Amino acid sequence: MTQLEEEVAGFFVRRGRWSPLEIAFWILALASIWLLPSEHLILTETAILALFALSLDLILGFAGIISLGHAAFFGFGAYFTGLVAKYGIVNEPVLALLLAGLAAAALGFATSFLVLRGSDLTRIMVTLGIALVLYELANRYDNITGGANGLQGVDIHPILGRFSFDLYGHTAYAYCLVVLFLLFLLARRIVRSPFGLSLVALKDNPLRAEAVGIPVNARMVAIYTIAAGYAGVAGALLTQTTAFCSLDVLSFERSADLLLVLIIGGTGYLYGGLIGAVIFKFMQDWLANLTPQYWQFWIGLVLVLIVLVGRERVTGWTRSLHHMIFPRLLAMPESRKKRREIAARRGIGRVGGAASDGH
Amino acid sequence: MPILETVGLAKRFGGIAATNEVSLAVEKGARQALIGPNGAGKTTFINLLTGVLKPTGGRILLNGADITALDPHHRVRLGMARTFQINQLFADLTPIESIGLAVSERAGGGGDWWRRVGGRATITREIAAIVERFGLTDVMRERTAVLPYGKQRLLEIALAFACRPRLLLLDEPAAGVPEAERHELLATIAALPKDVTVLLIEHDMDLVFSFADRISVLVNGALFADGAPDEVARDPRVKAVYLGEESDV
Repeated sequence: MTQLEEEVAGFFVRRGRWSPLEIAFWILALASIWLLPSEHLILTETAILALFALSLDLILGFAGIISLGHAAFFGFGAYFTGLVAKYGIVNEPVLALLLAGLAAAALGFATSFLVLRGSDLTRIMVTLGIALVLYELANRYDNITGGANGLQGVDIHPILGRFSFDLYGHTAYAYCLVVLFLLFLLARRIVRSPFGLSLVALKDNPLRAEAVGIPVNARMVAIYTIAAGYAGVAGALLTQTTAFCSLDVLSFERSADLLLVLIIGGTGYLYGGLIGAVIFKFMQDWLANLTPQYWQFWIGLVLVLIVLVGRERVTGWTRSLHHMIFPRLLAMPESRKKRREIAARRGIGRVGGAASDGH
Repeated sequence: MPILETVGLAKRFGGIAATNEVSLAVEKGARQALIGPNGAGKTTFINLLTGVLKPTGGRILLNGADITALDPHHRVRLGMARTFQINQLFADLTPIESIGLAVSERAGGGGDWWRRVGGRATITREIAAIVERFGLTDVMRERTAVLPYGKQRLLEIALAFACRPRLLLLDEPAAGVPEAERHELLATIAALPKDVTVLLIEHDMDLVFSFADRISVLVNGALFADGAPDEVARDPRVKAVYLGEESDV
């Protein structure tokens, strides 16, 4: 092996390595099982939201597909799990989780063809539309779903027949955290594979991606299907840990909150949804204690502030996070001065952007 | 059998024929240039060949097989790769990652979601060879967006080359490259392996005449002249077209 070959191989090895910050993050998450027993109920919700946000990050942060209706898959997984438990078809949580993931993935696959074409705006509308349709279907067929009253009589058995859910959320939190960690490992593996790299490439420049032989549409269908499966599992976790399922699993607010979580945490480095979920949940909890009636006012205000501070600075700080966690994967954003220098050095020409149909 | 052949290839945008019944053949191993004044339809023609645009008439044959209806990525699989006149690169990726991506796709492992990128020795060997051939060694770990323009132009060709094409379409590879970086680029193009057929779309006549063994001239979307460089150079009609254009400038 020549020195250059070794350097290339070494680059990819380092690219896949776990950074100390990542390890610290998961040790803290694990430690919270013993250190914060009184917070397990909200931590359970947080872990579910984090998994849901991870799912959106897979399509938004990696493939560049925006969705304002991701609750469709979350809610589908939630109702699926509730119904199979209610009618005694599958009461064991782990098996139900797998089935719910597969069912939501199937729905994702079937609807993925609607989001292939078009701009961000059409994608927002189409995904929103799909979620609204599912919401109204669940509302209309209340003989199956319980409609506005929610699905009653969901009977969840102990996990693997051994660990029963308790009132304090101890089992639930450990269970959700394990599921989140396993699916995170899978997602981490996926984004470091050639498939994952091709997603980043097609988000960056679809024209070029196609020109180096990437079947862009097939890749988008694949990641959309996987992400829908993740969302379905998150929904299933909610049903299992609450033994209940209501229309709000499909609601617009759930999809919109999810985008907020990713705006707070950042996209494209997998931890954005996790960190965003922690901040969002605890901020929500803290504000709700402060002003039980008007906490949404404060959430709104924080959102406006985030945007006012500037998109650039927000992406800047998430990029810094990204850089700390995966220094090899993404270079730091250039300072304004450096960027000017680069622009001057480059002279004409640019990177990315639309195809020119010049002469 | 020519490696590439178009039969009456046509593209109309409304009433305008951007490509007008072009029947062109490129022989295996050729160094062919496609020239023409501004607005002659050269880029449209390339977009038709690569599948970015769908023709309104005619056929495209690659190694004798009809590829007219295929998607762009299928054509790449069949051995036709292109570069872009205006850089189309992956701004956030490094040259190693960009080339690694193209090599993985070409090797059939592009959809692999389980293995790490660059986890196979044959792939890393090929990436290293391409990085070296295109003089990108010293910048291979930097984000593409911050590379000097000349290096970006080299990466532009490297990405197409990484698809291991039988036919390489170079769309004005030297466009906008500053004089200081130009020599390296031209030397790299001249050193492309002989078994790769090259169709060069170019404005720069020095480059065309130093490189090509056959020249095709496109004017107003139609094939105007086609032959050996000295024949084309002597053709009074070609001279007239180019003199006419220069007096416009």
